Amino acid sequence: MDTQLDLWEVFIQSKTGNHHVHAGSVHASDSNMALQNARDIYTRRNEGSSIWVIPSKYVTASTAEDAAMLFDPANDKIYRHPTFYVMPEGAKQI
Amino acid sequence: MNTVDVIADFTHKIENDLNIEPKDQMPEKYRLHLIRQISQHAHSEVIGMQPEGNWITRAPSLRAKQILLAKIQDEGGHGLYLYSAAETLGISREEMLEQLHSGKAKYSNIFNYPALTWADIGAIGWLVDGAAIVNQVSLQRTSYGPYARAMVRICKEESFHQRQGYEIMANMMKGTEAQKAMAQDAMNRWWWPSLMMFGPHDSDSPHAGDAFAWKIKRKSNDELRQKFIDKTVQQAEVIGLTVPDPELKWNEAKEGYDHGEINWEEFKRVINGNGPCNKQRMTHHIQMHQEGAWVREAAAAYAKQQS
Repeated sequence: MDTQLDLWEVFIQSKTGNHHVHAGSVHASDSNMALQNARDIYTRRNEGSSIWVIPSKYVTASTAEDAAMLFDPANDKIYRHPTFYVMPEGAKQI
Repeated sequence: MNTVDVIADFTHKIENDLNIEPKDQMPEKYRLHLIRQISQHAHSEVIGMQPEGNWITRAPSLRAKQILLAKIQDEGGHGLYLYSAAETLGISREEMLEQLHSGKAKYSNIFNYPALTWADIGAIGWLVDGAAIVNQVSLQRTSYGPYARAMVRICKEESFHQRQGYEIMANMMKGTEAQKAMAQDAMNRWWWPSLMMFGPHDSDSPHAGDAFAWKIKRKSNDELRQKFIDKTVQQAEVIGLTVPDPELKWNEAKEGYDHGEINWEEFKRVINGNGPCNKQRMTHHIQMHQEGAWVREAAAAYAKQQS
């Protein structure tokens, strides 16, 4: 039985201070190989300063059906945004 | 969600130019269409490494060799981005390779032609990658998110491929008579197969309807081919190469070139397995795959032992 090894998700930080952002995935037998493959596949042109890899099987993703339940409740809570509040005339912004 | 809701949700997203993402429900035909297209695209990138790999040891300078190595490494990388994108649709890498080896999955016809001289490396970069870019630029807006994102990454990298090929051709056209003749010969052999890369004329593309409706395909074969011709003819003129098409003529009304008849008999012959290199390409891929099996087994055994 042929194996193409396990699937890993790759997150790249483009430079120090930025978030790690999902770049794609690689196949590898262990975390070291996953890091090396991620380097070769996703950072050939200085795209990264740091790489995270995690086995894809550990990613739990929400589904489109969940979207309304998860995200709609935020819609009617506009008081969470600063623009909801009226600033007195003449007051300066912090 | 019931079936009606799934279709309504999918249609709503497509109509509003929202990407379809892996976790979204999608019509089975959409999923299968994408698997076929993306895996074929991935296989093309990987098989495309072969005609160029043939020239690594014979590159005419260290500079040329470094560039060629980097380009071929990119092609491998592009194949991997695309395999990853296809895997999000629920097909495994093993299945895709099996489909390639059994002939069920195709790869771009162009790679069934041989790279006979160094000028062919120029022509491949300039014409073949040039044609690929025109197609891939339009696919950056394809409806399936992972495919579109892979295309964005690939397009960023691909423009170097086209330029390095054009540079090879331009340099040869500044060289000796023999070098100029070699460049023109490569042009003569690669021009028509490059035009065929865009596929049959729109009037002969029976499956294009779904691909357009689902916004997988954004521009038609003929539109893309026209774009490629209009850009490339100008580049050929600048360096003194002749396009091997006596019927090529500027059409003022459409602001583009009219071109001669494409030899679709040749296209069919090659796609059906009778091109110059079909056998060689597949034999090589299968052999390399089999010879690499012990490496994958050893890596898996090592990982198991470590855990």
